[in-house]
Amino acid sequence: MTQETVHNTANNADLESDIAADEVVIPANEDLQIYKDLSWQGLWKNNPGIVQLLGLCPLLAVTNTLTNALGLGLATLFVVIASNILISLIRHHVPKAIRIPVFVMIIASLVSCIQLLMNAYTYQLYLSLGIFIPLIVTNCMIIGRAEAFASKNNVKHSAFDGLMMGLGFTAVLILLGAGREILAQGTLFDGIETLLGDWASFMTITLYNTDTSFLLAALPPGAFILMGLIIALKNFIDNKIVNK
Amino acid sequence: MALFSSTSPHQRIKRRTPEIMKMVILGLTPGIIVHSYLFGLAIYVQIVLAVVTAVAVEALFMTLRKRPVMSSIGDYSAVLTAILLAIAIPSLAPWWVIVIGTLFAILIVKHLYGGLGQNIFNPAMAGYVLLLISFPVQMTAWLPVQSMQAFPVTFIDTLSLIFTGFSVDGYSVTQIKTSIDGFTLATPLETIRNALHVGETISETLKTTLFSLDSLQGSQWVNLAYLAGGLLLLKKQVIMWYIPVAFIVGITIFSFIPFASDPDLYSSPLFHLFSGATMLGAFFILTDPVTASTTVKGRIIYGLLCALLVVVIRNVGGYPDAVAFAVLLANMCVPLIDYYSKPKVYGRKRT
Repeated sequence: MTQETVHNTANNADLESDIAADEVVIPANEDLQIYKDLSWQGLWKNNPGIVQLLGLCPLLAVTNTLTNALGLGLATLFVVIASNILISLIRHHVPKAIRIPVFVMIIASLVSCIQLLMNAYTYQLYLSLGIFIPLIVTNCMIIGRAEAFASKNNVKHSAFDGLMMGLGFTAVLILLGAGREILAQGTLFDGIETLLGDWASFMTITLYNTDTSFLLAALPPGAFILMGLIIALKNFIDNKIVNK
Repeated sequence: MALFSSTSPHQRIKRRTPEIMKMVILGLTPGIIVHSYLFGLAIYVQIVLAVVTAVAVEALFMTLRKRPVMSSIGDYSAVLTAILLAIAIPSLAPWWVIVIGTLFAILIVKHLYGGLGQNIFNPAMAGYVLLLISFPVQMTAWLPVQSMQAFPVTFIDTLSLIFTGFSVDGYSVTQIKTSIDGFTLATPLETIRNALHVGETISETLKTTLFSLDSLQGSQWVNLAYLAGGLLLLKKQVIMWYIPVAFIVGITIFSFIPFASDPDLYSSPLFHLFSGATMLGAFFILTDPVTASTTVKGRIIYGLLCALLVVVIRNVGGYPDAVAFAVLLANMCVPLIDYYSKPKVYGRKRT
């Protein structure tokens, strides 16, 4: 049973039968298959970062260091899981016509929560991410998952879908952040203590020292170019698999 | 008066890509020779470095793409890109600057877009902009003319400066670019910009000894040499006159307007024409057959657009020279320009 069929069963059913569909006990092996499909979709085949190209604004803007990328990735991960769970819970009670504003409101409240949390516990990171924390609200990936999956599927699957999509997005952020930080500064995990606390400062790795940093990698054009290369690599691997 | 008419085809000599590229390289030589005479031999080292890198990368990438290697190297397009980039950057920049620039130009800008004929952006200029943005210190270390250099720079010194950063006697590039009387010299465009920043007027700056001693004359001679090389290309019909003429006329007109309104804040058209990369750009960079517009009307629009951008960026932008930025921005407009300047097919009404 693929993800699409999960959609369709939920999609075609009206409210009553949808509730009924929830109560239908799915056999354990089919359930496992659904989780496998969701992971495959979120992490690779339908990766929000490099396949759907959603949420490019934060993806390109804050990945100048691995720490920033990780911070924003975790925040987005939290928001997408929580919003998927909440939206899945209320999906039978939201009138179809106003569902999008309702979803946005839920996402916005969650983002406000994460913003206040980051303000309280990781203040330096909060400052360096700046406007891009509130901008998680506008990340199309989150509203996309809410509309395309959470509003049509049960809570367990929605939460898992949120986790996998969030992880896929975070993975791309980490890859970009690491690549750009290595190229621009020659370090990894620079400033990690702003995310995890002072104990983590041992994680900062200096790969090489240079007087002249490769500024382009730290600037937005570098992010676009690196992003393009990552997408190309993904397509290359896909082609290899198909040709085998 | 004897009129003669002939039937088509009128152009009977069909030039192939390698020949055109070689002619363009030939057209560059007067400029390169004058540059090396005035500023030292370092430019040749840069050219050699760039060409070697470009050919190696081209060969490697064509092998990876499983395409014929020899024909691609033999068309000299990579060599031309390398030479253009090498003469655009400061001659004493460290070796890795030109290597990174050439790698980017050939790999990313040319081959990732599909190779020769497919690239949207001029590879040499995209490489130059990458370097200018990434390494501002190295990319603004312009030398004064040789007679003004505080320390004589021999060829061995040049090699040593490019590969280790210091001359044989241990002077750095910054020290070398300082003139006899201790002023750090810059290109004329930079000098004007810096003077304007500290509140001096252009007429004041032009009168100072610093400026008269500056490499102004050097810059003018180099520009004249490129103009000569460009005229040679025109004479040989390697390039068409539309783009260079539109560009030069455009620079003259667009720079005259602010100059006429306030000569103390904006430089004269003559100054714009013979400083920076104006002439190199007009004849050798804008005329790139791949990235420039292809229709007659389009070429004129393209040249004028570049000129406007150059004047605007030079006068109010953050960088002293602007040809590279102008070319890249105009490259982006080329598909649009081409679309709207398509000549009418004979016998058909415009739809």
